[in-house]
Amino acid sequence: MQVRFESVHKTYRRRDGTEVPALAGVDLAVASSEFVSLVGPSGCGKSTLLLIAAGLLPPTSGRVVFEGDAGGRPRTAVVFQEFALFPWRTVLDNVAFGLEVRGVGRAERLERAAALVRQVGLSGFESRYPHELSGGMRQRVGIARALCVDPAVLLMDEPLSALDAQTRQLLQEDILRLWETTRKTVLYVTHNIQEAVFLSDRVVVMSRRPGRVREVLSVPFPRPRTEALLADPEFGRFCHRIWSSLKEEARAALEETHGDGSPA
Amino acid sequence: MATEARRDVVVLEARAERAEGGWRPAVRAASLAGVVVAWELATRLGGIPAVFLPPPTAVAAELLGMATGGELWRSLQASLVRIVLGFLLGTGAGVVVGTVAAVSPLAEAVVDPLIAATYPIPKIALLPLLVLWLGIGEASKVAVIAIGAFFPVAVGTMAGIRGTDPQLVRAAVSLGASPFQVVTKVRLPASLPVMFAGFRLAAGMSLLLVVSAEMIAAATGIGFTILHAGDLMQTSKLLAAIVVLSALGVLSTWGLQALERKVVRGRPH
Repeated sequence: MQVRFESVHKTYRRRDGTEVPALAGVDLAVASSEFVSLVGPSGCGKSTLLLIAAGLLPPTSGRVVFEGDAGGRPRTAVVFQEFALFPWRTVLDNVAFGLEVRGVGRAERLERAAALVRQVGLSGFESRYPHELSGGMRQRVGIARALCVDPAVLLMDEPLSALDAQTRQLLQEDILRLWETTRKTVLYVTHNIQEAVFLSDRVVVMSRRPGRVREVLSVPFPRPRTEALLADPEFGRFCHRIWSSLKEEARAALEETHGDGSPA
Repeated sequence: MATEARRDVVVLEARAERAEGGWRPAVRAASLAGVVVAWELATRLGGIPAVFLPPPTAVAAELLGMATGGELWRSLQASLVRIVLGFLLGTGAGVVVGTVAAVSPLAEAVVDPLIAATYPIPKIALLPLLVLWLGIGEASKVAVIAIGAFFPVAVGTMAGIRGTDPQLVRAAVSLGASPFQVVTKVRLPASLPVMFAGFRLAAGMSLLLVVSAEMIAAATGIGFTILHAGDLMQTSKLLAAIVVLSALGVLSTWGLQALERKVVRGRPH
């Protein structure tokens, strides 16, 4: 399924009535089965864009168009930065949640959830609770939970930001492997350039707030990719190229946002 | 510069770590036992008249007598029926009203000022009014307990449901949960720990109110027994009934804790 953002604007209204523009006209098309990353300085509205695509937040103006046959599948599912697992549900029941609220029978949903738990490498942890798991394992549950409803588009909001560097590296490879088997349309928000380049077909560089698309770069590295790519000098050069584009925005954003705590 | 360089050597060696707090259970038991023994000695040797303070052994004997004679069970039953009925009615209404008020802005606007205005009223002050409305029988006592149990649960449920982590709500909505499912599958389970805090307050309130109500308007129950024994200067009976109240309080706390451990899953306790 293809996703098209057509001049999407979002303005937050503060309690005191002042308006904070978060997105100022985003135009972007994500093709079917494409993996696209959004990078940008913090507060640039990249997460806002994702929430709008998820239908969790209405745009102030503009629209998001989904085109293509979902085949009865849900349009989107979201993987959250802070995992957002239900602490009172076991791993299996967390993963099955989406099917449960869609009225899928118990036996079938547990079977499908168990298959996904296996796929993300958590066999044996089905009946554990989230607080018994490490951060990396929790986010595996978060990914399995989103994939379990078999969404046409997978939205990932800084899914690895809350993890330590080594876990992040490992999960990054798992996400790559999962994507190469499922070939879902993915919109992936991150502030980590290497992560974006390693995973994506295209990287979208956003401007500082109010966010708009500054630059879109196609990632030249062929698939299937392995971690060896990370040591490739070309990879480093490409990342640096993106960083140069991002740097002035990030610096300007840093200077502008002092003392400004409006939502990202 | 004639000062000689001094070399300090500090060595941190392994040492056996003692288990901390291993003495606690013993001290806790001794604390209670110590008071009972001191009380016994003071009354036996200190010349305190039994009508003011009978020794613990006399209280225990009285309790045993009340148990074998059946008086204990009759008053316990009378009080327990009132407590359980009032508690269930009050907490049940509290959960329902709290949930609805937390979910619907209209209900919130209706309920919030009413709760704010009535919460501070000492509930026992309502008993005469309730007796006027419902008669001197069981209904007025059950009603005053229900009112007392209602507030902490309603307020707790409201706070819990409103305070649910918005990320969890987002996650549920993004996975296709309906507004009703968000309440039943996310907000209510997320609120259980706060609701249990309300249940514990409600249990304490029920005990307080049953005794007060029975002292004012009853011919049965633990509260009546205490008042009646006081009137007749049967001090050991009075104290025996207070011991029963203490046991009821401890048991209700334990019972609720056990229930909470069973119901509130997946969080470190």
